[in-house]
Amino acid sequence: MKRIYVNEEWCLGCHLCEYECAFANSGLDKMFKLKGKVGSEILPRIQVEGGENEPIHFAVNCRHCTNAVCVTGCIAGALSKTDEGMVVIDKNKCVGCFTCVLLCPFGAIMPAADGKAAQKCMLCTDNGVGTPNCVAHCPNNAIVYEER
Amino acid sequence: MDTFIPAEYEVVRNSELCIACRVCERQCSNGVHAYDKDLGKMTADSTKCVNCHRCVCLCPTHALKIVKSDDTYKLNANWSNQTMNEIYRQANSGGVLLSSMGNPNDYPIYFNNILVNASQVTNPPIDPLREPMETTVYLGKKDVEIKRDIQGRLIDNLPPQLKLTTPIMFSAMSYGSISYNAHESLARAAEELGIFYNTGEGGLHKDFYKYGKNTIVQVASGRFGVHEEYLQAAAAIEIKMGQGAKPGIGGHLPGSKISEDVSRTRMIPQGVDAISPAPHHDIYSIEDLRQLIYSIKEATAYKKPVIVKVAAVHNVAAIASGIARSGADIIAIDGFRGGTGAAPTRIRDNVGIPIELALAQVDERLRQEGIRDSVSVVVAGSIHSSADVVKAIALGADACYIGTAALLALGCHLCRSCHTGKCNWGIATQRPDLVKRLNPDIGYKRLVNLVTAWSHEIQEMMGGMGINSIEALKGNRLMLRGVGLNETELKILGIHHAGESM
Repeated sequence: MKRIYVNEEWCLGCHLCEYECAFANSGLDKMFKLKGKVGSEILPRIQVEGGENEPIHFAVNCRHCTNAVCVTGCIAGALSKTDEGMVVIDKNKCVGCFTCVLLCPFGAIMPAADGKAAQKCMLCTDNGVGTPNCVAHCPNNAIVYEER
Repeated sequence: MDTFIPAEYEVVRNSELCIACRVCERQCSNGVHAYDKDLGKMTADSTKCVNCHRCVCLCPTHALKIVKSDDTYKLNANWSNQTMNEIYRQANSGGVLLSSMGNPNDYPIYFNNILVNASQVTNPPIDPLREPMETTVYLGKKDVEIKRDIQGRLIDNLPPQLKLTTPIMFSAMSYGSISYNAHESLARAAEELGIFYNTGEGGLHKDFYKYGKNTIVQVASGRFGVHEEYLQAAAAIEIKMGQGAKPGIGGHLPGSKISEDVSRTRMIPQGVDAISPAPHHDIYSIEDLRQLIYSIKEATAYKKPVIVKVAAVHNVAAIASGIARSGADIIAIDGFRGGTGAAPTRIRDNVGIPIELALAQVDERLRQEGIRDSVSVVVAGSIHSSADVVKAIALGADACYIGTAALLALGCHLCRSCHTGKCNWGIATQRPDLVKRLNPDIGYKRLVNLVTAWSHEIQEMMGGMGINSIEALKGNRLMLRGVGLNETELKILGIHHAGESM
């Protein structure tokens, strides 16, 4: 299965991916309409690790683990694996217990901004963007979408 | 206290569009942008801006633009704002003014006053998509006598040649002045394109020895990083006598750019300024130059062509004649608009001559003396487009070096601040956090794209003239006509004015 991989050698820590992710999942037609919404109404599903003055940065989102502990631990059956291996979340089934948030070793699942359900990277399959937006807009090819 | 110098350019932010993602702030090595917590919005200090456009290019909502500031001193046709600011700057610091990249001043660009011919009715144009169109060129000495062995078979006594798939090479830019990633991009692109890149005077990083067959190594007055293995690794060796941006002076790479890797590659101490002397201290005549050329040939078993690079100066034709007779295989001439990582402003802006005129005179002189075939001529110094390549070849060049154009392909926006070492595009810097901004996987493809595009255009232009090889275009000045040039200029260029027939 094609997955999103991050090469820390080329990650600049510019945080563009976070905003591109937020935009892709916002349903808005123009990016500037995100003004004031990121962090409050919309949370990115990818997060750059590494502080401002640190030499290494690394964007983290769902790894779509082969043995996904979030799927095993989900009490509501909201998280499952597709035949291809993608870990998907069904928001309608999610009861907001956030067991998955605690289980995920990468911190790649987080409560959605409304606090009612969890959210995670769905490789932009749920928003009609096509190529994952963080990959398409990474200025240094640090985020790639490929089969490995 | 220093006199305050107002910002030359202003950062303009459209607050409607700005989402305060702070990408501009994180990407600016000059500290222009900042997020103001009290105001809850981004602010900019334009006095720090060098106008490199990194923030403009990366802003996801295109909320930024940079405009020429309309702040002005009392208008004066004699004392411009820039001249006045330079005086304030020197009165503040007491130092020599430094600049980077090529001469930006309003001197004539002769290429823009030259037009190219095309075939109509009496001679057919050639469609390069349907018919063969040869862009391959060989650089080196071609004046050998044809000899046959006792059976009458040709004896291969041709001196070493450089084979280029297209008449374009990447000009000398040293590791130190540009980053590791910029060098890797150039090397990989040269390999893929079947052309050459040039190490400049900074030695060859051990990681790049594998690109040796597409590498020209330079021996300059500082002799940085020159050793036997270095000469052996390359396809050709260039002796740098001068540089178009700063004829008559040497180089000065500040200690801040001498990182551990640069230090090892250059074979000089870390953190210490690298000074290239103005002259080669062992070359004071053509005879001395000949000694160095033959020392290098001896060291490389006469298997590699030797290039001698000079700046285009007033007496360049006679100098080229001397170089041709000194045993060099290729002469590279760098015009006064050539780029640099740092040069004294006064030298860059006032010394040297245009490459078009220098090239025309060198070609003419070598022909008159019957020694044109004993050298190839490569020209540099602001080759802006494939049309300039075509015109240069028609004026007599064998190939062109591109430096600035190649850097533009890598992301350079000609802010001309290379000497500050804070290049936001990861090109002219050694700061690791900035160097990583240039991913060679992207960079080399962009270079390949550029040269491929130019090659297509060269083929189209040659086809239009009814010419099917670079060889047939070379020195074919009847294909050129001048517009808006005076008689002296036309005479020096050796071309007719537009409207004049053969």
